[in-house]
Amino acid sequence: MGLPPYATTPQRIWYYAFRVICALIFIFLITPILVVMPLSFNAENFFTFTPEMLRLDPDGYSLKHYQDFFTNNEWQRSLKNSLIIAPIATIISVSLGTLAAVGLSQSHVPFKGTIMAILISPMIVPLIISATGMFFFYSALGNWLEATLGLDRDFVGYVKVILAHAVLGIPFVIITVTATLVGFDRSLTRAAANMGADPVTTFFRVQMPLILPGVISGGLFAFITSFDEVVVVLFVGSAGQKTLPWQMFTGLREQISPTILAVATLLVGISILLLTVVELLRRRSERLRGIVES
Amino acid sequence: MSNAKDDDAVAGPVPVAPVPNAPTESGPVLAADGTPLKRSLSRALRRQKGRALLLVAPLLIFVLVTFIIPIGSMLFRSVENDIVSNTLPYTVQRLASWEAESGNLPSEDVYKAMYDDLFVAAEAKRHTRLGSRLNYEQTGISSLFRQSGRGVDDLAGDAADALEDAVPAFGEGETWYALMDAGSGEGNTTLLSNMRDRIGRLNDSAASAEMDFVPSAEIAAVLPRTARTYTEWAVYTVTEDERNPAERDPWELVSLALLEELPTADLSGLSAERAALLQQAQAVDFNVPSYRETLAEIDEEWGTVTPWETIQTHSSKYTAGYFLNAIDAQKTPDGYEWQPEEKQILLTLFGRTLFMSLMITGSCILLGYPVAWLLANLPAYKANLLMILVLLPFWTSLLVRTSAWKVMLQSQGVINDVLVWIGLVDDANRLVMINNQFGTIVAMTHILLPFMILPMYSVMQTVPPSYLRAAKSLGATNWTAFWRVYFPQSVPGIGAGSILVFILSIGYYITPEIVGGTSGVFISNRIAYHISSSLNWGLAAALGTILLAVVLVLYWCYDRIVGIDNVKLG
Repeated sequence: MGLPPYATTPQRIWYYAFRVICALIFIFLITPILVVMPLSFNAENFFTFTPEMLRLDPDGYSLKHYQDFFTNNEWQRSLKNSLIIAPIATIISVSLGTLAAVGLSQSHVPFKGTIMAILISPMIVPLIISATGMFFFYSALGNWLEATLGLDRDFVGYVKVILAHAVLGIPFVIITVTATLVGFDRSLTRAAANMGADPVTTFFRVQMPLILPGVISGGLFAFITSFDEVVVVLFVGSAGQKTLPWQMFTGLREQISPTILAVATLLVGISILLLTVVELLRRRSERLRGIVES
Repeated sequence: MSNAKDDDAVAGPVPVAPVPNAPTESGPVLAADGTPLKRSLSRALRRQKGRALLLVAPLLIFVLVTFIIPIGSMLFRSVENDIVSNTLPYTVQRLASWEAESGNLPSEDVYKAMYDDLFVAAEAKRHTRLGSRLNYEQTGISSLFRQSGRGVDDLAGDAADALEDAVPAFGEGETWYALMDAGSGEGNTTLLSNMRDRIGRLNDSAASAEMDFVPSAEIAAVLPRTARTYTEWAVYTVTEDERNPAERDPWELVSLALLEELPTADLSGLSAERAALLQQAQAVDFNVPSYRETLAEIDEEWGTVTPWETIQTHSSKYTAGYFLNAIDAQKTPDGYEWQPEEKQILLTLFGRTLFMSLMITGSCILLGYPVAWLLANLPAYKANLLMILVLLPFWTSLLVRTSAWKVMLQSQGVINDVLVWIGLVDDANRLVMINNQFGTIVAMTHILLPFMILPMYSVMQTVPPSYLRAAKSLGATNWTAFWRVYFPQSVPGIGAGSILVFILSIGYYITPEIVGGTSGVFISNRIAYHISSSLNWGLAAALGTILLAVVLVLYWCYDRIVGIDNVKLG
C-alpha cells in the first residue's frame, strides 16, 4: 500500500502523518522495555540515569546488580522456587489439558459448551477473585494435609501453589491444543486403526506428533502464566514459596535495589526466547497442516 | 477368480452382508451381527461419548475441585453469618422474643444467657472476633466486647472462691469430675453431643476428640445449667487444650451456676455421695446479683438498648449485610439506610474502577486501531517484523512492564528527566505522573494494548482491500470510504478487543497496587486489603461476588459476539 503517484498534497501529508502516529505508538509499546535494560547496568543504586551513564562513561556502568542477583540468597531462593513451581505446574496442566482437548475435539461430546466454559473459566475470572477463593480453600486443604497425613509444612506449601498454578495454566493449553486439533485430519487416526494400531499407539505415533506444536505452545503459555504469576502465590503461598515475581513485587512496593531491573532484563531475555520458540512452532504447525490438507 | 477366494475376503463384518434371512422391506434394517442397525448405531455413539467424557473427566474434576468449588464457597461466605449465633447461642435464642421497638431492656433471662455465652467465648478467645464482626455494623461495639471479655470472670471468680472456702473439696478437679461424670450410672448423651456441636461451632472445628466423660443424667436433671456448663468445659478442655478433664479445675462459671441453682434444687433423687457433697455446698452463703447489673457494671453500654438491637438484627444465619456494606449501605434495627458519609467509599471505588477501565479500553482502541490497520495492510514480511514489537511486550513479564513504568513515570524518572532536559518542564516542579490515576491508566494501557491489537488485526486481515478501492472508484472520498466501508467491517474486532481489555482491566490488581497510589487503585485492591489486612472476609467476598458477576456478564457477551472457541493466542 505504497503512496500512488497521483496522490494530492493533503493525501501525502496524511500518509506520512499516519506513519508517524504508528511509529509513536510502537515507541510507546517498546520503550518501557528497552529503558529497563541500560538502567540495570547502573553503577549507582538509583532507578534513574546518572550523568555518568548519559556521558557513556564506563564508570557509570557496572554489573553489580547482576552480581547481587546471583549471590543474594533471597533472590536465588525465589528463582529456585520459581524453577520448581512453574515446570511442575506446567506438566500437570499440559498432560491433563491435552487429554481433555483430545476428548473435547471428538464429534459427539455431551454438554460440550458447559464443559468448555468451566475449563476456560480460570482465564476469565479475575485473578484477585481466584486468589481469594483459593486462599480459603487451600488453607483448609493445607491444614488437613498437615494434620491428617502429617506432611511437611514446606512440602504442603509447594503442593498448594503448584496445584493453584496448574489450574491457571489449563485454559491456555485447552485453547491452543483445540485450535491445533481443528485442523487435524481424522482419517489419519482411522487409517492407523485400520492398520491395526490400538488407540494408545495411534495417539502417540500419529496424533501426538501432528499436534505437538500446539501442545508445546500451550505448555509455554502455561509456563509463563505460572512463572509470571504473583497474585495467587501471594495469597496461597507462604514465605517459603516466595517466587521471583513475588520478590519483585515486594521490591517494587518497598522500593529497594535496582536488582529488580537486572532481573527484569533477564526476564525480557527469556521472553524473547519464548517468543521465538512460539513463532517457530506456529510456522511449523502451519507447514504441517499444509501438508495434511494437500 | 474363484468363489472360495471371494468368501475369504469377506471375513469381517460387512455393512450389507447377504444375511440368510435378509430383512424384508418393512422390517428394521439389521447390522452385520443381526441387531437392528438403529440400536447398533446408538450403542456405538454411546461408547464414543463415554470415551470422550472419560478423556475430559480428569481435568474437569480437577478444575471443579480446585477452582469452581473454592470460588463457590467464597461466594457463599458473602452471605454466611453464623458467627453471632455460634458465639452467643443462648443469647440469640432468648433474644428472639425481645421486641426492640418497645424500648425496654431485655429480660434478666437474656442477660444471664449473655453472661454465660460471654464467659465461654472469652475462655475460647472468640469474643474479640465477634466484636470485630459486629463492629462492621455498629462502630464501637468491638471495644464493648473486649471490655466485657476482660471483666466477665470477676463474678464467677468470687463464686468459685466462696465455694472453695466453704467446701475445700471443690478445689479439686477430681471432686467435680466424680460429681458430674455418669460413671456407672445413667449418662445424658444428648447433652454431650449437643455441647460437642456447640463448642465445635464456637471454634470452627469439629469437637469430636475422644473422651471418657459423659454427664450424669441425674445431675443434668437436677442442676441443668451446672451440668451444661461443666460439659461445655469438659468438651473444650479435651478438644482445645487436649487435657484430661478429670485432672483439671473447671471454669469458675460452673461454680457460679452451681451456687445459683443449689438453693432451689431438690437433691432427694441423687445418689448418697452426691447428695452429701451438694448439701455441704448448699450451705454456702453466696448472693448472686442481678446479671443485668453485673454486665452494666462491666460496661455501661449493656444497660442501653443499642448493643442488643445490633445483636438481634445480625443474629440470623445468613445476611445481606456484607452486600449492603459493599454498596455503602447498612442494615440497622430500623431497616436499611446508607452508611455515614465518611464511610462511603466503595460505590466511589466501583465507579472509579468502571471509569478507569473504560478509559483504558478507550485509549487501547485509539492506540490499537491505527497499529492494527497498518499491520493488516503492510506486506507480510514487514508486518511480521512489526508484529514482534507488539508481541514482545505481550510476552514480557507483567512485573517487568510494571517496574518499567515505575522507572519511566516517577518524579526522578525517565520521562521527567527528558522533559526537564528539553526544557519543557522546570526542574523544580516536575510532573506528578505516578501514584495517581494517570499512572495507572498509562501503565495499564501499555500492558493491555496487545490484547486489543491482536483481535483487531485478525479481523482486519479478513477485510478485502478491494472493497476500499471499489468505494473510492465509485467516488467516495478517503474518509467516506473508510468510515462507510472499512470501519463497519472492522467493528467485530473492536468489540472483541474492547470486551477482552475491559474484562482484564476491571479485575487488575498488581499494576494499580504499584503505580496507583491511593487515588488510582481498583476495587480488587480493596478486596485484597480486606482479605489480608482488615480481615473482613465477608465484605471481601461480597465485593468479589459483585465483580465476578460483572465479569461473567461481559464474558457472556464476549461469547455471544466472538465465541470462546475463537480466542486466539500469540
